[in-house]
Amino acid sequence: MQESAYLLGQVFNGFSVASLFILAALGLALSFGLMRVINMAHGEMLMLGGYLAYMTLQVVPGPLGILAAMPVAFLGAAILGGILEWSVIHRLSARPLDTLLATWGVSLVLQQAARNMFGAIGVEVVAPTWLNHTVSVDSGFFKGLDLPFTRIFILIVAALVLGGIALVLNKTRLGLYVRAVNQDRPTAAAMGVNARRIDLLVFALGTGVAGLAGVILALLGPVTPTVGQSYIVPAFLVVILGGLGSLVGTTIVSIIIGLFTALIEIFVDVSVAQVLLLVFVILFIQIRPQGVISIRTRALEG
Amino acid sequence: MQPKYVIGVIVLLSGTAAPFIISTYELSLLGRFLALSILAMGIMLTWGEAGILSLGQGVFFGLGGYCLALHLKLEGLNLANGDMPDFMVWSGVSKLPAFWYPFASPIFSLVCVVIVPGTFAAVFSWLVFRRRVGGVYFALITQALALAFSTLLISQQAYTGGFNGLTDYSTMFGESITTTGAAKVIYWITFVLVVGAYFFLRWLLASRYGMMLRATRDGENRVRFLGYDPVPYKVIAFSIAAMLAGVGGALFTLHAGVVSPALVGVVPSIEMVVWVAVGGRNILWGAIAGTLLVNFAKDLISSALPSLWLYGLGTIFIISVSFLPAGIAGIFRAGSSEDRIVRRFLTRRKLSSAE
Amino acid sequence: MVQRNVTPLVFTNRNSAANAATIGRFLMSLKKIGFAAALLAGTILTTATGARADGTVKVGVLQSLSGTMAISEVPLEDAELLAISQINASGGLLGKQIVPVEEDGASDPSTFAQKATKLIEEDKVVTVFGGWTSSSRKAMLPVFERLHNLLWYPVQFEGNECSPNIMYSGAQPNQQALPALTWAEEKGYKSYFLLGSDYVYPRTANLILKKHIAHDGMTLSGEQYVPLGGTDFSSIIAQIQQTKPDIIINTLNGDSNVSFFKQMAAAGLTPDKLPVMSFSIAEPEAKAMGPSLLAGSYTSWNYFQSLPGATNASFVDAYKAKYGADAVVDDPMVHGYVDVYEWAAAVKKANTFDPKAVRNAAVALGFEDSPLGSVKFAGDQSMVQTGYIGELQPDGQFKVIWQSPGAIQPEPYDPLTFPGKSCKLHTSF
Repeated sequence: MQESAYLLGQVFNGFSVASLFILAALGLALSFGLMRVINMAHGEMLMLGGYLAYMTLQVVPGPLGILAAMPVAFLGAAILGGILEWSVIHRLSARPLDTLLATWGVSLVLQQAARNMFGAIGVEVVAPTWLNHTVSVDSGFFKGLDLPFTRIFILIVAALVLGGIALVLNKTRLGLYVRAVNQDRPTAAAMGVNARRIDLLVFALGTGVAGLAGVILALLGPVTPTVGQSYIVPAFLVVILGGLGSLVGTTIVSIIIGLFTALIEIFVDVSVAQVLLLVFVILFIQIRPQGVISIRTRALEG
Repeated sequence: MQPKYVIGVIVLLSGTAAPFIISTYELSLLGRFLALSILAMGIMLTWGEAGILSLGQGVFFGLGGYCLALHLKLEGLNLANGDMPDFMVWSGVSKLPAFWYPFASPIFSLVCVVIVPGTFAAVFSWLVFRRRVGGVYFALITQALALAFSTLLISQQAYTGGFNGLTDYSTMFGESITTTGAAKVIYWITFVLVVGAYFFLRWLLASRYGMMLRATRDGENRVRFLGYDPVPYKVIAFSIAAMLAGVGGALFTLHAGVVSPALVGVVPSIEMVVWVAVGGRNILWGAIAGTLLVNFAKDLISSALPSLWLYGLGTIFIISVSFLPAGIAGIFRAGSSEDRIVRRFLTRRKLSSAE
Repeated sequence: MVQRNVTPLVFTNRNSAANAATIGRFLMSLKKIGFAAALLAGTILTTATGARADGTVKVGVLQSLSGTMAISEVPLEDAELLAISQINASGGLLGKQIVPVEEDGASDPSTFAQKATKLIEEDKVVTVFGGWTSSSRKAMLPVFERLHNLLWYPVQFEGNECSPNIMYSGAQPNQQALPALTWAEEKGYKSYFLLGSDYVYPRTANLILKKHIAHDGMTLSGEQYVPLGGTDFSSIIAQIQQTKPDIIINTLNGDSNVSFFKQMAAAGLTPDKLPVMSFSIAEPEAKAMGPSLLAGSYTSWNYFQSLPGATNASFVDAYKAKYGADAVVDDPMVHGYVDVYEWAAAVKKANTFDPKAVRNAAVALGFEDSPLGSVKFAGDQSMVQTGYIGELQPDGQFKVIWQSPGAIQPEPYDPLTFPGKSCKLHTSF
């Protein structure tokens, strides 16, 4: 493989990692923008998606099982998310820090439940064979570049999910309400928008996306009780830098972080890359503390 | 005499006399949990009083522990002779790294136990707070810090001992630290420091500074409108908490005989918050009581029923932050004027503290 | 040293008697909670430790029952308990029944040190079986040296240690890593890519391998580490594609293996195209990850479930009878099992439970007919054993395709990498 192909391969890997961050962080960003709460059990929604994919594949084996698993995982995670919002988060909504801690407790319980149900060992989700081939460049400047089709597939899914959410937010009545509550909750409520219901719906939508992401992650890694933990910290960083609940911000930051890690890993090992990422985040805050995209809101501080 | 003074005297007396009453093993448990409670009081200061939730206290705990452990590993080695700690040999290092040399001095190490976490915390929190980033953002950044720090410790095996951490100490100031007698001395030092930290924080929180801290917690922008800059108050609180964590880490290292990345990562750091949440975030003795209670419970339950322990820990956490924001200590204090203020603050419907 | 995937965390695979016993112990221990509460309240309770009844002897079993290591250590503990119950069933030891005292190391070195102290000081055990990670062993070592007790450590590790108070039955690097290199060189592989999780064992094993690769005139095409639990291998796979090694030596740990093999498969690099030699994938991992992903990849161990021999067959049968027909056994488990028998044999030879006498009796005491063949402890308290290379079959078992020319003497310090270092047998205890 030529140097140029290797470099381009790393740029592709950066986008590929970014697509995972988008899928993992999107749901977090949505509910954070609306309710200012962070759901520490978000990683467990990814985990749930993975296990639902496993169970769906038991029922629908064959090449298209993975496509069937996506809506199942979306719905399953959305329902669990809805229950979580209704039972815990909504009750604590005035206390963001306590919400964060309480949802961490939820995440512990969910992990242990998965352990007792499926075993600590994890389950196997086999990628269908139609995903297991590579797109190769055989001649020219980038000769020798191999792009795994699985990763291209994930990029496509991420783009479709982003597009779908953007459509919902910008073209539907629900989206209008969400934007209204986002900008000014009391006024929107005064206009007859049921802010409570919007919170619940958006939260469920967010966890549903996480469930979908869990299916995707199962193609690239294990499905274990703690799988969510490996993605959750970078997802939090994406939310911090993205700006309050901004789709565009989440996307841009995911790409920045994805490219940053992929390119820096040419020079340093993965452990050091993780440390440099944190330094990057702290420096970034110095320049743009409000995130990449800041939405104007009338809320200042209670 | 008021009942609370009677209780205080009894606790002080029984704490002092503990080495003569309980077995060596129980004393070592009590000692290490008391060391942790020094850190817990720091969390009480930042989280309960300043409203700064740190999910990365393990970092400062680790910095304190490692600063002391570097010295303990060098004790008894002849540096001039080219001696090195054992792990460096199998990590492929041929010469003791330069930054290790000063730690040959015990005084330097002990100073570092306090100064290194304090300074690091001050710089880190100033960088974040000065851009008015706080609340949930700060919690998540500190969590990323805990992850990065433990990853770094593990990956720099040649300099830090890596995943194994640093262990197998024998002497300090030329005295053995592994004998039963030494264990008692270390326990008493711990106990004195716990009591010292307790009264220092009591004094601090009752001072004007403590009042400003609570004001910042309850309405940071209002403090700004009144012409004060809240940043130094928050930075100082965070640094004091980090120093307390460092002291706790160093004492824990002495008691446990080992410091390793397993103690400084994301999960241990959140568990530290659990202790305070259970004990009571706004009451100093609650932080100590919560630490002892959760850790003794963990010691007893996790061996027999590990699954139950994890369910229990999660559930306790959900319940204590949701329904008992003042923790166990709050039960004893219900109805006091201070508690009512805390309650009012906690239940007030406000949406954005993330700012 | 390695973290692996095996059975569910808790009691699903244990018999109900064990359950009742643990719950009983839990209820007993609840009394002790009074200790914390009492101290807080200002009154002091003293807790009495149970005196040892006549006719029994206590041994410690110290593994992680919770935390990240539980998946590996719970089955290992099961194997150790199996050996203890077998010895008890055949009449016990020196006329006494062995009572195992179980403790949870919680995957945390400081907890291991604490619980080891508790077992020796409070429970007065005569020896302890346990530990998995090097960090747990390192943390326990000073405790055993200080309290003059004996630890039986059953997992392969990075060497560079020899304590008179530890019996090391797991492979030294020259019994697992180096045989793998010898096999690969015999097969004609010239360039090697070293990939591992970022912690002590992979780094030290690779340090030794690199010395030997250079010494044998082979080339090193790359060396990469990912943090424990790391899931993204895109950059590393790109590097592998660029450097085109003949074989990958893989010291990844636990879940990272799943991610690595899946992403390799997605990049078209299946084990038949680019061979992978793994040091921490055994039967339970193969079962968990699904043989389809791994079929054709290689591993190096001192034991495979598929080894021939009546003793091995009866061990596997006994394990399955107790813990379920679909249970599998692997190298560390069999070492834990053998440790208990070695200890029992040494106790019989010494005619006492005294740890020092047992240690002296155990050295050079042979175990001719163990599940992994003929083994014995060398003077440096490590085990003399044979190295095997296995190829994973579609049924999830390994086929032995190579074995070392005989039992290998353990070398705690590799002479090429650490010249001048050797393990001196300490007589001080």
